[in-house]
Amino acid sequence: MVISNKPLQFITAILIACLPIFGFSNTPTEGKPVPTETTAVAQETTPVVEEETSDSSDSEQAKQIKKQIKEVIDHHVLDGHDFSLFEYEGQHIGFSLPIILWDNGVHIFSSSKFHHGEAVAESNGNYYKLHHEKIYKTDAAGTLTEEHGHPTNAKPIDLSITKGVLTIMVVALLMFLLFTSLAKSYTKNGGISAGAGRFFEPIVLYIRDEIAIPNIGEKHYKKYMSYLLTIFFFVWFLNIFGLTPLGINVTGNISITFGLAIITFIITTLTANKNYWGHIFWMPGVPTPMKIVLAPIELLGVFIKPFALMIRLYANIFAGHKVLMSLIGLIFIFQSWLGSSLSFMLSFAISIIEILVALLQAYIFTMLSALYFGSAVEEHHHEEAH
Amino acid sequence: MEIPKIIGAGLVVIGAGIGIGRIGSSAMDAIARQPEATGKIQTAMLIAAALIEGIGFAALFAV
Repeated sequence: MVISNKPLQFITAILIACLPIFGFSNTPTEGKPVPTETTAVAQETTPVVEEETSDSSDSEQAKQIKKQIKEVIDHHVLDGHDFSLFEYEGQHIGFSLPIILWDNGVHIFSSSKFHHGEAVAESNGNYYKLHHEKIYKTDAAGTLTEEHGHPTNAKPIDLSITKGVLTIMVVALLMFLLFTSLAKSYTKNGGISAGAGRFFEPIVLYIRDEIAIPNIGEKHYKKYMSYLLTIFFFVWFLNIFGLTPLGINVTGNISITFGLAIITFIITTLTANKNYWGHIFWMPGVPTPMKIVLAPIELLGVFIKPFALMIRLYANIFAGHKVLMSLIGLIFIFQSWLGSSLSFMLSFAISIIEILVALLQAYIFTMLSALYFGSAVEEHHHEEAH
Repeated sequence: MEIPKIIGAGLVVIGAGIGIGRIGSSAMDAIARQPEATGKIQTAMLIAAALIEGIGFAALFAV
């Protein structure tokens, strides 16, 4: 290297050591929001503050910080109808996304009509209000009939382009461009890849040689390769996107992982041969009473295996995000040199682990899908008696 | 914050921790015995750990 290692290490160490200065960013006298935090709905905090006037100002401050942190975490992990990055001095930085509703007719309008949950949007005579990122049908005044804290208004069918949907489209486009350019580079360079795609070639070969062929077998693996590759890179890229501070959490959403698991389930069921169903309902090689006992258990297993796929990916990513954001929130709660810097280092270590988890969960999802496909197309083995 | 829920969650984590710990230890023994099979052993260890973690998370969400 041209630059020697020592000055780089020194600069990096100085930068990391100076970062606990963020602990001072929220002064105890005023309760104004920190510019780098996102506060989703500011009116939610003021009723809480009015109730707490009897307490001392310190605990009121602490409660307000905790409320703000909870809102930031919710803003990060939940899907949203507009793409707001953060709020700076009352101004939301971000862009609004189209809202598409089906309510006896298609209503399409921009989410800026909602003004971040404060205004009632009107479209073709129907009025809609946004409450906790769900759209309810109301009258012109925006009344929500509450019951146990949840509004009981009618909800139109919500087909909007939300943050998650936009991210999926962006990742799909990214994957498409990346891999078509990689494929084209083979023809241009005579069998050798070039460009940014070179990083992905060994990964593609790894998926083929270590995941697809050992689990599915030489005869049938080609049918499933496209799905396995898609799933691997899709989940991996979405996990990595979730670790950025943009606040897009797609694979930590149970609807998304439900969709992926359903596709695996459908492919397994539709391409299964007779041996697969035979193993479920009438397991060969065991005595007949055992066969009758095993049949319902195996049938349950057919549904539990994709269900476990869904839960595994969802829980890993969602819990990881929540833990990481809570640790970052701990920096602001401590507001001291020692506490904040320790929280910062801990959250740094946890985010390194989260990067590993992103890749690992994508690998596990792909590997287990390949395993299920393999069991679906398994040929009949003759039991050898010694 | 009900107490039985907290105790249940703790038990789930203990179970998952012990399970994955045992897998890790037998993987270490196997790698020590046969260092050239390290790749395969690592792969199998990761798969088993992910399956156990899956059960752990599912139970945690039910709790």
